[in-house]
Amino acid sequence: MTDVAHDHASSTGISNVKLGMWAFLGSECLLFGGLISTYMLYRGRVSGGPRPSQIFDIPFTSVSSFVLLMSSLTMVLAVSAAHKEDDRKTNLWLTVTALLGATFVGGQVYEFTAFYKEGLGFSTSLFGSSFYTLTGFHGVHVTVGIIMLMSLVGILKRSSVPGKKAEVVEMIGLYWHFVDIVWIIIFTLVYLIPV
Amino acid sequence: MAIIERPAPTVPAIVTPTSTYGLLKRPVSTTGWRSWVFTVDHKKLGIMYAATAMFFFIVGGVEALLIRLQLAAPNGKVLNADLYNQMFTMHATTMVFLFVMPMAAGFANYFVPLQIGARDVAFPRLNAFGFWAFLFGGIFLNLAWFLGGAADGGWFMYAPNSGPVFSPSHGVDFWALGLQITGIASLTGAINLIITVLNMRAPGMTLMKMPIFTWMITVVQFLLLFAVPVITVALFLLSFQRNFGAQFFDVAAGADPLLWQHLFWIFGHPEVYILILPSFGIVSEVLPVFSRKPLFGYPFVVFSGAAIGFVGWGVWAHHMFASGLGPVSVAVFSLTTMAIAVPTGVKIINWTLTMWGGKLWFTTAMKFAIGLIVLFTVGGLSGVTHAVAPSDTQQTDTYYIVAHFHYVLFGGAVLGIFSGFYYWWPKVFGKMLNEKIGSWNFWLMVIGLNMTFGPMHILGLQGQPRRMYQWTEARAGEGFFNLAFWNLVASIGSFILSVGILMFLINVVVTARNPKKAPLDPWNARSLEWMTSNPPKEHNFDVIPTVHHLDEFFHQKFEEDEATHTMKQVRTAEEIMAEQERNADKHIHMPSPSYWPIVLAFGLPIITFGLIYSHLISVVGGVIVLFAAYGWALESSTAPDSDFETNTPGTGLDKVGANHD
Repeated sequence: MTDVAHDHASSTGISNVKLGMWAFLGSECLLFGGLISTYMLYRGRVSGGPRPSQIFDIPFTSVSSFVLLMSSLTMVLAVSAAHKEDDRKTNLWLTVTALLGATFVGGQVYEFTAFYKEGLGFSTSLFGSSFYTLTGFHGVHVTVGIIMLMSLVGILKRSSVPGKKAEVVEMIGLYWHFVDIVWIIIFTLVYLIPV
Repeated sequence: MAIIERPAPTVPAIVTPTSTYGLLKRPVSTTGWRSWVFTVDHKKLGIMYAATAMFFFIVGGVEALLIRLQLAAPNGKVLNADLYNQMFTMHATTMVFLFVMPMAAGFANYFVPLQIGARDVAFPRLNAFGFWAFLFGGIFLNLAWFLGGAADGGWFMYAPNSGPVFSPSHGVDFWALGLQITGIASLTGAINLIITVLNMRAPGMTLMKMPIFTWMITVVQFLLLFAVPVITVALFLLSFQRNFGAQFFDVAAGADPLLWQHLFWIFGHPEVYILILPSFGIVSEVLPVFSRKPLFGYPFVVFSGAAIGFVGWGVWAHHMFASGLGPVSVAVFSLTTMAIAVPTGVKIINWTLTMWGGKLWFTTAMKFAIGLIVLFTVGGLSGVTHAVAPSDTQQTDTYYIVAHFHYVLFGGAVLGIFSGFYYWWPKVFGKMLNEKIGSWNFWLMVIGLNMTFGPMHILGLQGQPRRMYQWTEARAGEGFFNLAFWNLVASIGSFILSVGILMFLINVVVTARNPKKAPLDPWNARSLEWMTSNPPKEHNFDVIPTVHHLDEFFHQKFEEDEATHTMKQVRTAEEIMAEQERNADKHIHMPSPSYWPIVLAFGLPIITFGLIYSHLISVVGGVIVLFAAYGWALESSTAPDSDFETNTPGTGLDKVGANHD
């Protein structure tokens, strides 16, 4: 019998990496929970700076949110292609997903710049501090996702990815969908619900 | 890490890296310091966790003795006020984050895979990373002593006292960022152990056949998984305020300082169960073995542990009764706090009934376990008095609180840890700790801790505030309850306690010098970790056991006699071992050592160091982290078959798929 610590059939039937990612995402829920709570506590405290309703450009953010949500669709297509062991399509959809994610992050950078010019700095008010922290953390998560996607494309091309390819693609897919779902919550609470 | 070729399993065959899999060829040493620094073996990492935690225990202990020296007499001159603030802050931080938590991680790392019949953890490299992140985080936290002073806001670092106005040194920055690093270590450790327990149990081991220690550790890992991110948020907010001008706790800007308290205690209360449940698990293993009876009401102990895991999330505001939460919140949190005493009480009753009618064997491990039951109960009872809000309002920030949490943490968590040392020492090192010195160790510790922490109840009820750096003769009072007498008793007690702990260190040295080997099954134990050699082979088990019972090892040794309904020994541990060796798996590929965990972990303190001093240094740390992350991702967790083959002449190796973690 050949046996490696983590190669024999798992007790749950789910691979270690996938279950590990689920556990990590469970932990991430509490991270964003803390940040969202902080924002909800402080969103009305503007101390002379701009109010949320004065600076939010909801049509613009809606479009960039739509772009991010579409990246979940392309991620699904990438996972599906990976399961069919179609390397070309996997790479294609992973790249498209990363590009859509990058578009979203670009939109966020533009938005932050615009808000800053309208007078909302990180230190301007409690609203400013908590808004930039919450959306900034989300932006960093998307950026890390993009880096993982692009690295995956590079590694897949060299076809030296350790482990089963589809499993790794799916694991990163889980992360990506999570980040998208968090954005739906943030977009609703931060932008759509008036103070 | 090496292929084990029968019939010479003691000689580790070396892996020869034939090509570069992750930027560098993987390390291969099986001896010397390299075999420890680059190891991914859960047993070595468990020992490293425990040894490092023991070091920090001594550091924290010295800090405690300085505090007690300062308070032994009126107008103490040992420390000035500023240094005193740093001392109690770092004492608590060290004991909580750098001693009890990593010590529990050490026990968990070593014994959970053995107890569930696995050969390693789910993510061996992540495991190594967790250890190094903890070590570097701990060093980083203590660096502040040499760079302008350590953190001085108390271990819960209330805002706005933690802000730059009241705490201008870099101490709080080091504290906040250092705890982020150890938090990463806890989080990765939690994910690793959860997946190990969920996915890697031996065939037949259902969750309700799992050893109780593994169960308690699992509950703790879930608590960590969900509690660590909350403190992460709090620490980020604090760092952003101190280093980037955010306003989160700036009261002048309209901030609510209670935000910190809520975030901290939503983490902080689950944290106290993170500290105590591993010790509950240890004594739940020790008591049945030395009572020669199964654990009384195993399912109750499991479910009360899980219940503590859930209810532990609903009691945090009892730390904040004095902050003006309002009557509804106070009433709710009073009730939940009383409720959480119930599952804890269930455990105490189960342990007592495990001993009831048993053939008790008073080894040092057993003494420590009984010590935990008694002293934790004392701490638990004073804990229930905190649930009574009006009474708690009087006790808040007095020595009564200090007495309470030292009874539950020292009388509970630490005695449990020492019980584990004596119980498992022969398993880990193949030698028995000296029982005679052990007895001195136990009695000096118990006498010392009661003398130190018992009088603090009186001091607190007499109104001595905690964190007060001096007391004066004029205000000490008179008669039996005067502060001068009881402060002196507490200080003398703390030195007796230290001698008790010194006894343990002496015992370790004496045992190491004693050539006598421990028997295979010295305690007639019950669970799977004893069903292998002392110390265990690198691959833990020659054959992965198939589990039929709770306490599988016991049931392999004993069978019920039909006529008399008594348990009769049918096999010895040696016979079971011999049978395993006969049927041993021929080819076992263990995960291979790696450079990347330590390199990746090393990048973290460089990043945080740069956040305090110069962002350029952070960039360097970031590059190291990225570099290591790519090396990690490109390297497979287990060396490919071809690398094993180069060293093992053609014995028809089975194909093993590439692995990853």
